[in-house]
Amino acid sequence: MHIPDGYLSPAVWLAMDVVAVGAVAGSARVVEKRLGERQVPALAVTAAFIFAAQMINFPVAAGMSGHLLGGALAGILLGPWSGTLVMTTVVTTQCLLFRDGGLTALGANVFNMAILSVLAGCAVWRAGGALPGKGNPRAVAFAAAWVSVVLAALAAGLQLFLSGRAGPVVLAAMLAAHALIGIGEGLVTTAALSTLGSVRPDLLEAERV
Amino acid sequence: MRRWRPILILALALGALSPFASSLPDGLERVAERLGFAARQAEPVAPAPLPDYALPGHEESRPAGALVGIAGTLLVFGLAYTGARLLARKGGGGLP
Repeated sequence: MHIPDGYLSPAVWLAMDVVAVGAVAGSARVVEKRLGERQVPALAVTAAFIFAAQMINFPVAAGMSGHLLGGALAGILLGPWSGTLVMTTVVTTQCLLFRDGGLTALGANVFNMAILSVLAGCAVWRAGGALPGKGNPRAVAFAAAWVSVVLAALAAGLQLFLSGRAGPVVLAAMLAAHALIGIGEGLVTTAALSTLGSVRPDLLEAERV
Repeated sequence: MRRWRPILILALALGALSPFASSLPDGLERVAERLGFAARQAEPVAPAPLPDYALPGHEESRPAGALVGIAGTLLVFGLAYTGARLLARKGGGGLP
């Protein structure tokens, strides 16, 4: 879902740069106040895992592949603000070193994949936890992951539409493609969380920022 | 950090497997082809040292791709570790 150079109009990418810089700076301010040194390895290892997993494209359907985005996983494991910073590190490295996503689209890509997907994943995760009976954690994690991908895809579609690159049909097309890819996101996120939960439950009980 | 080592090793293994991933277009690329705006993709505005996760001149080499995958994973680990450490020290909050 990394938007390359040329897909977005200057007005759209500049606006997304402003939003992304503001949100990342705000996240850093919260994390700076609350993060303890003990939590540092969790952030670093989550970033490395998500970066590596994002390289593993799996075939989905109709000649299309998908890969883990990781926004919901980062948010559930680390909390929304650390999750945003971890995802921003991943997306920015992908852009600057590996040309995965254009430099002009960096703000938009950070917004979609590092901010919106993390916050959406966290919101669904918390809403599920607030259900009577707390909800089935696997089902809630699956839903959080699916929603995080679909919302990020819709945001990318909206940016493309506002850039005049396609009609409103781009929103429907992005939704259709990522409703499928989101199933993969849900499966990988659920598997990662339940593996971690059975191998190292202590790691899941850490303080989240 | 020791507690997290198995997951870091798993991440490095995924990095090494990256050359074997599907090369089919992803969701956005597929939508761009179908709706006809794929041609709007411009030349990158800035050069990148390892475009498309490949060593320039060795794009077809899987061992080279595996090395890039491992190195990238280690680099992201290092960047996130350094950044998180700086933020944790600056605030001095959180758990002891």
